[in-house]
Amino acid sequence: MVTTLLISIAIISLISVFLALLMVIADATIGNYGTVKISINDGTKELEVKGGQPLLKALNQEGVFIPSACGGRGSCGMCKVRVVQGGGEYLPTELPWISEEEKKKQIRLSCQFKVKSDVAIVIPEELFSVREYKTVVEKIRDLTHDIKEITLRLKEPDQISPKAGQYVQFMVPEYELTDESVYRAYSIASPPGDSSRVELEIRLVPNGICTTYVHKHLKEGDEVTINGPYGDFYLRDTERNIIFIAGGSGMAPIKSMLLDMEKKGITRKASYFFGARSKRDLFLLDEMRELEKKMPNFTFIPALSEPQPEDNWEGEVGLITDVVRRMTTEGNNSEAYLCGSPGMINACINVLNELGVLPENIFYDKFS
Amino acid sequence: MTESLMPFAIFFASIFTGNILLTNYLGMCSFLSVSKELKTSLGLGVAVIFVMATTTPLNWLVYQYLLIPFGLEYLRFIVFIIVIAAFVQLTEMTIERYSEPLYQSLGIFLPLITVNCAILGVSLFMVIREYTLFTSLLFGLGSGIGWFIAIIAMAGIRQKMKNANVPPALEGPAITLVIAGFMAMAFMGFSGMIALS
Repeated sequence: MVTTLLISIAIISLISVFLALLMVIADATIGNYGTVKISINDGTKELEVKGGQPLLKALNQEGVFIPSACGGRGSCGMCKVRVVQGGGEYLPTELPWISEEEKKKQIRLSCQFKVKSDVAIVIPEELFSVREYKTVVEKIRDLTHDIKEITLRLKEPDQISPKAGQYVQFMVPEYELTDESVYRAYSIASPPGDSSRVELEIRLVPNGICTTYVHKHLKEGDEVTINGPYGDFYLRDTERNIIFIAGGSGMAPIKSMLLDMEKKGITRKASYFFGARSKRDLFLLDEMRELEKKMPNFTFIPALSEPQPEDNWEGEVGLITDVVRRMTTEGNNSEAYLCGSPGMINACINVLNELGVLPENIFYDKFS
Repeated sequence: MTESLMPFAIFFASIFTGNILLTNYLGMCSFLSVSKELKTSLGLGVAVIFVMATTTPLNWLVYQYLLIPFGLEYLRFIVFIIVIAAFVQLTEMTIERYSEPLYQSLGIFLPLITVNCAILGVSLFMVIREYTLFTSLLFGLGSGIGWFIAIIAMAGIRQKMKNANVPPALEGPAITLVIAGFMAMAFMGFSGMIALS
């Protein structure tokens, strides 16, 4: 009995060892592409990496972070990078994410495209300042019945320098809703001045992987890994009037921009339209009123689409698009910053166009 | 039927009457998920043919010369799957290194089918039915071709279906399974010709 057991263990081990050995040899010979060079932005930065691995991973190891939500499985289509040299043919796993126009620009899905020879790529300059941060949850606060404000204190590295309006990616570790870690993007709500903290506003989405994690599992003192900052949603340096429009947790980047303006003493005329369903969806009203006092040219206009009788609401009523249409003047001398659901943003863009805001002066951050 | 013709009978039987997908319903997951387009299902189909035709005789050798002599037949499930996984991995690496076009069209599908139950199923049938090495090769090849035919037929039908008016409740996997059922019935028409045992 014991001998049979030993023999079976021996044989299985033998087969496994033999195959493992084969794999190791194969890895060192046919799987070995040597070191290859990645030249970024016309040689601004040169990296030497181990060949044969996906571009996303190779860049990641060298500290260049490309935004990606799925962690390199080719299922989110976010990690697009322009490969101007050494790209070769598209893989079938990339094609669902790449449009004809992107093909002409040689845009690749960096988690699928493997670096087997020297390549030259072009990435937005801002990605160089993207880092991975180890943080600790300092405070969790309920803003409304379904939005929480999470304050993260940075540990390693301990300083971040985002522009107001940019976002970070929040890493959700394995837990009951996901069997591998995933990343989700959230705008920074704190102003850039406080470089050792990052504040996020996260609304609970039923069965959302990250939002459920934050609302049901995350506690003060927990460690959280984030990377960033990303995005081109930040205040442009012009003299135009500003129209801010947000809904729900779209408050976050706008709040950051406003606090930044206050701090820098920017006195441009600004109106902030905040849309909510009823009073229980409104938050940070006191903070906004406070800002109105400090900034003479700033007006905060919360609007409820379905005010409840018990709300005793005396402010604006109606869809946010109608309120914007009613209250905006000098559209052609205005710049708009929008953050919220795709439906709201698309509707607002149409209204802004009607009001004479030029398309190139409309900036937005769509939740997806 | 004469003894010498048996292997060829098995070859044809495994393509049609004993189609691994449509009579045993093995390998359904990739069959359902990759059959949306003809082009991708062609690539996957060829990859399956290749893997089945190579791993079946390979597993035959492992079974006859390693497992039987030591009385370890009961370990065949785990040994077969290890052999298949390692072999597929090696093949993928080789293809990726030496042939870019082949990797584009076929290699990318290899990791997908490593744990495909149809591949393991063919190796297990080969043991149960006590095939010889040569017969195993033909059986593996035939089963692969059978799977290939089934998936490209399905892909062809699904491409046409884009223009069809499918009831909302049946869209997606549901209608695909119904079609697979009809295809299985159609393939049953062959079953009077050669029996696979």
